[in-house]
Amino acid sequence: MAQEAGMFTVQQTIGSVLCCKCGVPMAPNAANMCVKCLRSEIDITEGLQKHVIIIHCPECDTYLQPPRTWIKAQLESKELLTFCVKRLKNLNKIHLVHAEFIWTEPHSKRIKVRLRVQKEVLNGAILEQAYTVEYVVQDQMCESCTRVQANPDQWVAAVQLRQHVSHRRTFFYLEQLILKHDAAVRAIRIKQMDQGVDFFFANRSHAVKFVEFLGKVAPIKSRHDKQLVSHDTKSNNYNYKYTFSVEICPICREDLICLPPKVAVSLGNLGPLVICTKVSNTIALLDLFTLRHCFMDADQYWRTAFKSLLSSRQIMEYIVLDVEPVSSEINVGGSKYVLADAQVARVADFGKNDTLFTVRTHLGHILNPGDYAIGYDLYRANSNDIELDKYKGLVIPDVILIKKSYEEKRQKKRGKPRAWKLKSLNMEVEDSAKATDEEKRSSEYEQFLRDLEENPDMRFNISLYQNKEYQPSEMASMTDEEDVPSIPLEELLADLDLSEEEAQNDSMNE
Amino acid sequence: MATRLQFENSCEVGVFSKLTNAYCLVAIGGSENFYSTFEGELADVIPVVKTSIGGTGIIGRLCAGNKNGLLLPHTTTDQELQQLRNSLPDQVVVQRIEERLSALGNCIACNDHVALTHTDLDRETEEMIADVLGVEVFRQTIAGNILVGSYCSFSNRGGLVHPHTSIEDLDELSTLLQVPLVAGTVNRGSEVIAAGLTVNDWTAFCGSDTTATELSVIESVFKLREAQPSAIVDEMRKSLIDSYV
Repeated sequence: MAQEAGMFTVQQTIGSVLCCKCGVPMAPNAANMCVKCLRSEIDITEGLQKHVIIIHCPECDTYLQPPRTWIKAQLESKELLTFCVKRLKNLNKIHLVHAEFIWTEPHSKRIKVRLRVQKEVLNGAILEQAYTVEYVVQDQMCESCTRVQANPDQWVAAVQLRQHVSHRRTFFYLEQLILKHDAAVRAIRIKQMDQGVDFFFANRSHAVKFVEFLGKVAPIKSRHDKQLVSHDTKSNNYNYKYTFSVEICPICREDLICLPPKVAVSLGNLGPLVICTKVSNTIALLDLFTLRHCFMDADQYWRTAFKSLLSSRQIMEYIVLDVEPVSSEINVGGSKYVLADAQVARVADFGKNDTLFTVRTHLGHILNPGDYAIGYDLYRANSNDIELDKYKGLVIPDVILIKKSYEEKRQKKRGKPRAWKLKSLNMEVEDSAKATDEEKRSSEYEQFLRDLEENPDMRFNISLYQNKEYQPSEMASMTDEEDVPSIPLEELLADLDLSEEEAQNDSMNE
Repeated sequence: MATRLQFENSCEVGVFSKLTNAYCLVAIGGSENFYSTFEGELADVIPVVKTSIGGTGIIGRLCAGNKNGLLLPHTTTDQELQQLRNSLPDQVVVQRIEERLSALGNCIACNDHVALTHTDLDRETEEMIADVLGVEVFRQTIAGNILVGSYCSFSNRGGLVHPHTSIEDLDELSTLLQVPLVAGTVNRGSEVIAAGLTVNDWTAFCGSDTTATELSVIESVFKLREAQPSAIVDEMRKSLIDSYV
């Protein structure tokens, strides 16, 4: 006997013996029969299925895996092969080595799979044999296709999103957010309604997920209801239509709000006149004269649902004549403000009369004499607010400035395309849209795009794409120090890029 | 000439019989068929003795012998020993030996001149073998198996060994035994040669499962067809009819 580890071992050549059945010389194996004789004696595929019936839905090209799952697979694909092998019973008793398709005519409704199996026979010899299984494909429509065929507009769950304000800025912003997070990817229909948008889903859980997503990005209040569609008395199956009614709070960015007394006290005596600076799933309120800000979340707001005093429809343009800073630069929640006294006049009045207003404003850090600013005209406004009446002896300023206006400079750029563009959701619009509505809508959209340009934090959650048609030929000629704010090129995504760049690029903001 | 037979529906005839050039031992079975086949073939030439060893019928595997002598394990009873001494010819020395490995037929393979033994056999047993059987003793293995008595069977004219024996081993054994050796199977691919086959210089008996191919190999290596020239053997191998009742 040869030993290992250094000893001389004799080379062992295997001799040949004769197959005990047919006499052909062969190398000895455990059965001492040549492969052909072994195969002729023993059939290891005995007892295995050779004919199987599988069910296929011609509408959606799926195959049924009982009891209920439908698996999508192309002809001669890996998924179909896995599915076919899974449908064979008794395959765990034998060892499967290889499986492949044999080409059959697609119209023949037959699929052939060649399988190679191995099994131990006689005294330890492992025999490998190939055999073919034929699958007969029977066509039968799956349940979801049947339902779609019966009524193509059938929805199971609907989310009705509403905001009772006169503009659609929130919906433009939400549209971009939804696109970025793919929240409405499961919606079968999206319809634009008056003061809102309707989303239709095929599954209640998709609708619930969408409502939860909305709860994270906007302060909402929602309720849900269901309506019985059909009832199977035998199996006690009930089919419902579910409706989710979601309302977004009517407070928007840059709205002027007069807080009800209780709310003002609960927020730490915040001056009753506040401006809303940011709306996400919380509302950020800024008191202009003390430069304090605080947050309200959705629950808090809806408990005392107050409305805004003046909103974007009632803005007025002013020209700044003089600015005197009163305090130093204060950092409030990430943005800098400087309290200043400013002398302003309405642009409409500017050449005609001498009406001047001296106001305290928080925009001291960006306003210079000769600038244009946008604000609310409280001197002339006739507000019918109950809350305002509750405050006796409240001194209301004449003008409240909200932001700087770049209107003059925009005049120069009017008509020139932007370097970036946005994608939009596939929404159905009601046919009853009138011409005036269209105008209003497009001017609102334009305003929304300008807002995006001016506010970097608004761009944070949105994907912006490079506009390939834009040519930056005339940009070099602009020599103004104060340029119209525009979005730097690094923030723009090439279309179809992964949006991981967006987060990186934000740090390169001006 | 090789004969195919069965012992009580088992094809392992080498277990239940022992064939040498001077005598034949046969196990006691339920029916007389086994014994009568041997008798029909050999009665004129050598004595055919029905016996048991240690009360069992597996006599082929328990004893080892040739024309000079017969070795029995320590499990043999006195009566059996006496009976054998009486039945066998006088020149055959019947000896019972004390050996730990009592299945002598599995441990010792011999013809009239040479014996191959299990590697762990006692020194005294080896001397006893050389003495009683009058042979030269070699400790060997066959295809890595130590039970040489089971995996090979040889007569004075040729031998058949385990099918997995390598060519080098075959040459070595052949040189030792001075007879031509072939690796082959018996009983439809069984590797336990000596259990399925018992042979002497002019005749062989194998299990009824033995195929025609195996039979032709046996007949050619043990030179059992003296009357016919060997050229025909190759042609006959192809046209052998696979039924021999």
